[in-house]
Amino acid sequence: MHPGADPVRSVPPPPELSSIRAAARRVPSDDGQGVDLDLVIPNDVRYIEPVVELIRDECEAFDFPRRHRALNVPVALTEALSNAMLRGNIGRPDADVALHCTVDPTALVVEIRDQGEGFDLLASTGDPTAGAALEREDGRGLFLMRALMDRVERFDDHGNVVRLTLLRP
Amino acid sequence: MSFSIQKQGDVMMVEVEGQLIVGNRQELKQRVLDELEGGERKFLIDFSQTGYIDSSGLGVLVSLSKKIREQGGELRLANLNDDLKTLFELTKLDTLFHIADTRERALEAF
Repeated sequence: MHPGADPVRSVPPPPELSSIRAAARRVPSDDGQGVDLDLVIPNDVRYIEPVVELIRDECEAFDFPRRHRALNVPVALTEALSNAMLRGNIGRPDADVALHCTVDPTALVVEIRDQGEGFDLLASTGDPTAGAALEREDGRGLFLMRALMDRVERFDDHGNVVRLTLLRP
Repeated sequence: MSFSIQKQGDVMMVEVEGQLIVGNRQELKQRVLDELEGGERKFLIDFSQTGYIDSSGLGVLVSLSKKIREQGGELRLANLNDDLKTLFELTKLDTLFHIADTRERALEAF
């Protein structure tokens, strides 16, 4: 912020990264080349930012490119988490979102599980970049996930799971 | 995320610090809409202190731009870093907004 600027509003601070880190279970991956991270968070969008930060830090430890850490990972992960919270769990405050993440020298794979009825995120179609859709407020989430990740998959496994894969160059 | 609004001439300068995402974009939207309702018509959002923006944040910018245009005003954007520029290009929102490299360029002929 420039000196003298008048901060008119700050949103309530998100949960601290340190508490998110402490709640995560972090172990070496099966092949010993990377790490597995498991975390369950409340269905609260304020948790998105520190979770993104946590996974970004893991990508940095495995030397993912700066662009991946500044754009691909945070934006795609934010989209997947907000979809899980707001569409999968339809905003229910009593619901949880579970993350399973593997980072190694070849890729980042994140699975995000909500407790919804199996809303098929990937069934959504439509190009948000063309015609009247360009001026719509919504409809860009899935598009961005697909544009910024190498793979976006969805399946049911005692809940609705979206798996994001980003290959490390 | 925090933001500030200052008036420079007849332009409302909005500076966004941090992430503009699903958890906080409504605060920015409401503040700008309040200014629009109060009679302001020219808005410039400066992203020099912004980290990343998700689809909700982009959607708020699209919505604000539309509402401001409907009132005969304009929303311009400035100081997007390369990652944010890529985001606007991917979504083709670079065709919807007047995007300038600096505040000064954005203010030209505003």
